[in-house]
Amino acid sequence: MSNHTPKTLFEKVWESHLVKPQTAETPAVLYIDLHLVHEVTSPQAFTVLRERGLKVRRPDKTLATMDHSTPTTPRGLDGIIPVTDSQAAFQLDFLTRNCAEFGIPLYALGTENQGIVHVIGPEQGLTQPGMTIVCGDSHTSTHGAFGALAFGIGTSEVGHVLATQTLLQSQPKTMAIRVDGRLSSGVTAKDIILAIIAKIGVGGGTGYVLEYMGEAIRALSMEGRMTICNMSIEGGARAGMVAPDDTTFDYIAGRKYAPQGADWDAAVAKWRTLPSDEGATFDETIVLEADDLTPMITYGTNPGMGMKIIDRVPDPDKMGDVSQKVALDKALRYMDLQPGQSLLGKAVNVVFVGSCTNSRISDLREAAKMIEGRKVADSVRMMVVPGSQKVKAQAEREGLHEIFKAAGAEWREAGCSMCIAMNGDQLQPGEYAVSTSNRNFEGRQGKGGRTFLASPLTAVATAVNGVITDPREMYAESQALEAAT
Amino acid sequence: MEPLQPFSGRMVALPNNDIDTDQIIPARYLKVTDKNGLGEACFSDWRYNADGSPKPEFPLNKPEHKGAAVLIGGHNFGCGSSREHAPWALLGAGFQAVISTYFADIFNNNALKNGLLPIVVDEETHQQLISLAEEDPTTQITVDLASQSITLPDGRNVEFPIDGFSKYCLLNGVDQLGFLISLDADTVDYEAAHPARVMTTA
Repeated sequence: MSNHTPKTLFEKVWESHLVKPQTAETPAVLYIDLHLVHEVTSPQAFTVLRERGLKVRRPDKTLATMDHSTPTTPRGLDGIIPVTDSQAAFQLDFLTRNCAEFGIPLYALGTENQGIVHVIGPEQGLTQPGMTIVCGDSHTSTHGAFGALAFGIGTSEVGHVLATQTLLQSQPKTMAIRVDGRLSSGVTAKDIILAIIAKIGVGGGTGYVLEYMGEAIRALSMEGRMTICNMSIEGGARAGMVAPDDTTFDYIAGRKYAPQGADWDAAVAKWRTLPSDEGATFDETIVLEADDLTPMITYGTNPGMGMKIIDRVPDPDKMGDVSQKVALDKALRYMDLQPGQSLLGKAVNVVFVGSCTNSRISDLREAAKMIEGRKVADSVRMMVVPGSQKVKAQAEREGLHEIFKAAGAEWREAGCSMCIAMNGDQLQPGEYAVSTSNRNFEGRQGKGGRTFLASPLTAVATAVNGVITDPREMYAESQALEAAT
Repeated sequence: MEPLQPFSGRMVALPNNDIDTDQIIPARYLKVTDKNGLGEACFSDWRYNADGSPKPEFPLNKPEHKGAAVLIGGHNFGCGSSREHAPWALLGAGFQAVISTYFADIFNNNALKNGLLPIVVDEETHQQLISLAEEDPTTQITVDLASQSITLPDGRNVEFPIDGFSKYCLLNGVDQLGFLISLDADTVDYEAAHPARVMTTA
């Protein structure tokens, strides 16, 4: 060990993917193990390839799906999900043609493996520890939950990866985010990440790769860890990572693209060397106590404007920094909220359970467990949008869809849906939503719509009561009921 | 890409912090398959009323700011979604540079790939530029990438950082994809030494 410099998880993955190291003149050239593609950020990249007569270098390391502009409305009698928006239909068709021409496997709309790009990678076993994964989508950080280095790129870079399987990258700094202790009942991974972003701010992670660690992170399921890594970008960090462990390996084992037999053993042995070494140093360290965490909710127009659900909306006049005061003022005007107001009891119009943050089977199970035997308030429209066709099928095998429907919620086809409101699923101007998605930007869920970000538990409790509700009491009742039966 | 030349232009300030790419170009405009025509939709929800008429009080709509080449944003400009439509929309709206105290990483990368200069200045300069743009919209600044500096009307020169490779590419009209393609032999070597982790076509 004497000459061995301790390394972080990030450094190990970074260094093992250097086609060329960074020099004084050029950034590092990084090899990409997996490139995920969707309809919205790829068209112009394929056009560049075509114009320049280039091929996709490694179609076998590329996978496309349809998720952003896809409808989540019911299938027709022919089993096909109709696309009525002609622009969306053209964009989806363009992806189909591009994948056919360049030899890229495609999970097309409505087919059994289609879904949100950050749900399908892990689901298929494509997302594995130690890999580099990119996609023209900022929530690519999700895949970091497996100890992969995964980050969002722009369309020019999508073209770079399609053509060369490499990217030019400057080495980021590292930030350790440690969450000590254990979460209380009714407090979830979503609450952890909302609390982290509220603490560091939407720009606090800029230039960093985050590594989440500590007892509370270790105790999370893979899906909880994905929820956390997913929102790394909302703190300004392009990537977030969690060291792989048995929880990780158990999740991957047996999936379609997981290594098999002797390859599996070799892979696991290699993956076990990935966690940050004892004594490895980070450029920055942040510590949170899980005991202090409660359900969180946002009150403003970026994910950093979040608070404990029991707290009151902050007062712009008490902000130290003038530009922060202006920002909060503007946000509260958009949200039509008053300083000092409690959000508990605030009526909402829509509850959305879905998105690459919270649309996996465990999210749906938790939501279903809580809503079973209850009803969505008459004043609320509740949408449940599974993250993928496989999640949808699994949920239906477990009867979760019947629980949602019996409660009065809509059970829809898979996709990004109201997280980005490109597909017709959207808020009307002035409407309020409690949403399990990742962004509460102005107009994100529909022009003029107002978003409160929260966990699936908070979403369900709010849907049932019709007003923003701390989910802990209802959650405890559901737990007790489950234990009794 | 054409080599980036020094230019002079007027400024318009939108000094809100954390301007996200959903504001720069709302998602409903992302159903396109090319890069053109996004300028009209740039800041659409801030710029237009529900009936499509321009909001007169919005800085970009004020006659005195028409034709501004430099946008001054607040801290952390371009956060959120990775959509490259954001710099395409800003370029389409006539901007050649954006000034802030810092930029979100992905926006910064996307801007540089399209010849939209993300210029980072210190807080004091930032405030000074906002005041200049608001008090006298005819104020021109000169932006020179070669010397990595902006020149204010009083003759003051402010240097800005930029990564050397992006600078080289922008000044010489070198496209980064061409550079990566030229490294093919290195990539082949890398692949020979590192067996594929997953095969999506398997």
